[in-house]
Amino acid sequence: MTTDKKDSRFFRFLKLPMYLWTLVFVFVSLTYVIGLSFMGRGELIGVDGLFTLANYARLREPQYLKVLLNSLKLAALTTVLCLSIGYPFGYLMARLKPGARTVVLMLLIVPFWTNSLIRIFGWRILLMGNGPLNTFLQNLGLIEKPLKLLNTEGAVFLGMVYALLPLMIMPSSNAVEKLDYSVVEAARDLGAGPLKAFFTITVPLTLPGLMAGCVLVFIPSMGLFFLNDMLGGGKTLLTGNLIQNLINSRDLPMASALSALMLLVTGAVIALYRKVGGSSGQLSMF
Amino acid sequence: MSEQTPFLRLENLSKDYGQGMVLHSLSLDVDAGEFLTLLGPSGCGKTTTLRIIAGLEDATEGRVYLDGADVTKLPPEKRNLNTVFQSYALFPHMNVFQNVAYGLKIKKVPKAEIQQRVMEALQLVQLTGYEKRMPSQLSGGQRQRVAIARAVVLRPKVLLLDEPLGALDLKLRQQMQQELKRLQKQLGITFIYITHDQEEALNMSSRIVIMREGRVEQIGTPEEVYEHPATLFAAGFIGQSNLIHGVVDKVGEDGQMTILSEGVSLPAYAEKEYHPGDKVVLCLRPQRVRYGSEPQHGLDLQGLILDKEYSGGMQHTHIRLGDTLDIRVMSQSSELDSYQIGDKVHVGWSIRHAPVVPDNPAEEAQ
Repeated sequence: MTTDKKDSRFFRFLKLPMYLWTLVFVFVSLTYVIGLSFMGRGELIGVDGLFTLANYARLREPQYLKVLLNSLKLAALTTVLCLSIGYPFGYLMARLKPGARTVVLMLLIVPFWTNSLIRIFGWRILLMGNGPLNTFLQNLGLIEKPLKLLNTEGAVFLGMVYALLPLMIMPSSNAVEKLDYSVVEAARDLGAGPLKAFFTITVPLTLPGLMAGCVLVFIPSMGLFFLNDMLGGGKTLLTGNLIQNLINSRDLPMASALSALMLLVTGAVIALYRKVGGSSGQLSMF
Repeated sequence: MSEQTPFLRLENLSKDYGQGMVLHSLSLDVDAGEFLTLLGPSGCGKTTTLRIIAGLEDATEGRVYLDGADVTKLPPEKRNLNTVFQSYALFPHMNVFQNVAYGLKIKKVPKAEIQQRVMEALQLVQLTGYEKRMPSQLSGGQRQRVAIARAVVLRPKVLLLDEPLGALDLKLRQQMQQELKRLQKQLGITFIYITHDQEEALNMSSRIVIMREGRVEQIGTPEEVYEHPATLFAAGFIGQSNLIHGVVDKVGEDGQMTILSEGVSLPAYAEKEYHPGDKVVLCLRPQRVRYGSEPQHGLDLQGLILDKEYSGGMQHTHIRLGDTLDIRVMSQSSELDSYQIGDKVHVGWSIRHAPVVPDNPAEEAQ
């Protein structure tokens, strides 16, 4: 028993860096950002140090609301697209033979490790007016003039889905892999066709993975504004773009208020996820 | 249904998973209302056979007929039979009631009827009052009974059971064996039951199919496979036997014969025809051998008691016949207490209880 005590003291010591990290990089920095959001603009250090709610009041102005809506719309659509591609992909991947699954997994993970900026530049080149894709389509005779592919909304969605799809595939595939396939066979045996068995058994039982994937895709897609700049030509303003602009124009309090709002949205998504998980009992493993 | 077409017919079923044949042209007829057990060691193809009947696996070759119709190409949901899976495969996100009601809901049975039939099925497996429990809140035996209720509530023509008692402890196992037998009688459904436990097979079945390496070794009633094993494998797999290798010496009337093993002449019996010089194995059940001071069953055989041990009212005796041939004998301990190690006794058996099978070194069990 005494060794247990020593052990627990030792482990508490091991946890120290974690607490320090959390204190500095989460608590202090968040307090700083949220603190700034309640102050007015100042000359010397960017803020005047006086308490005000004016920044939050300004968030209700249509220009800000529109930007926020743009971000939410992009994130929601990206999540839906990732779900409709990533879940079937993850399902099929989990049903592969172990060897083939490892190969597919590597094909997914290796690009994911590569710098995303470089990969997005790759897409830019591919989609350019005189880029390989247009040239290819022209040579096939399918199109006469190059299509405008780059700097479109479609290109932004393509980039978003491309960047975030693995985050949907992984949890989906894990959930399907963990699923005891004999329950699906049991459903078939009890008279359910393949689709019926899929929707009454496979989907509910892999829902935790599916939901985790949605959260994992939705949250970063709220913040990936550089994709919008690089593939969409920066035509639509997203919250991230706006925060960047505000910082560049030295309006730190307003940038902080917008950031705080983004934090709130993210927190709400996670809270919702927790709530759904708590009530159905299915998400408890997450 | 006419007498000519069997209720369930498996015709030349073969299965190849790509790594060698798992089933070799297996054929089998099952009558309605039978309790048929597929018995064999793991890897003998019994689960594959069951999965092909259920439609969960395609046969590489061969056909399956159910109630006169060819169902070989039908998907599992279109076959009028249900399976109790080895792992039970209960739906973990549904409670007991929803699990049992699943098949009825799929078939769009009216709600009131679902309610009634589920409650009946739960009563049948003695789980009334457990409707709201989740599978994770049930014991192994209870889960097993939910799995049975879920299958029988659909009133299938055939119930397939894949080692349903494999995960239960001995006491529960024996209790569930009785319950399954009762259930089968009560419902009158054909049971096809898989086990690797020969005792379970002998206790429950109306017929046993002994399988080995994807082939049928023997089909018969428990009594037939026990008393008249058809092959060396069957003799070794079912019950305990003295397997005495020898050659046929003399062949007499009505299947009677003597075989010669290690210099001892042993009376035996076979339904098949053998010729002097054939290599055979005599399967002598330890319970069928008698010994005493008088000649037994009119045989002139002498033995020497090598060893005795008691266990649970039974006495196990090792007796040497001739110079080197040792056999095990099992008897009620009270009768033979007076004999000591080293005593000479007369040994014998009823010839009907001394079947021979062809010798085949590759076939011996274990």
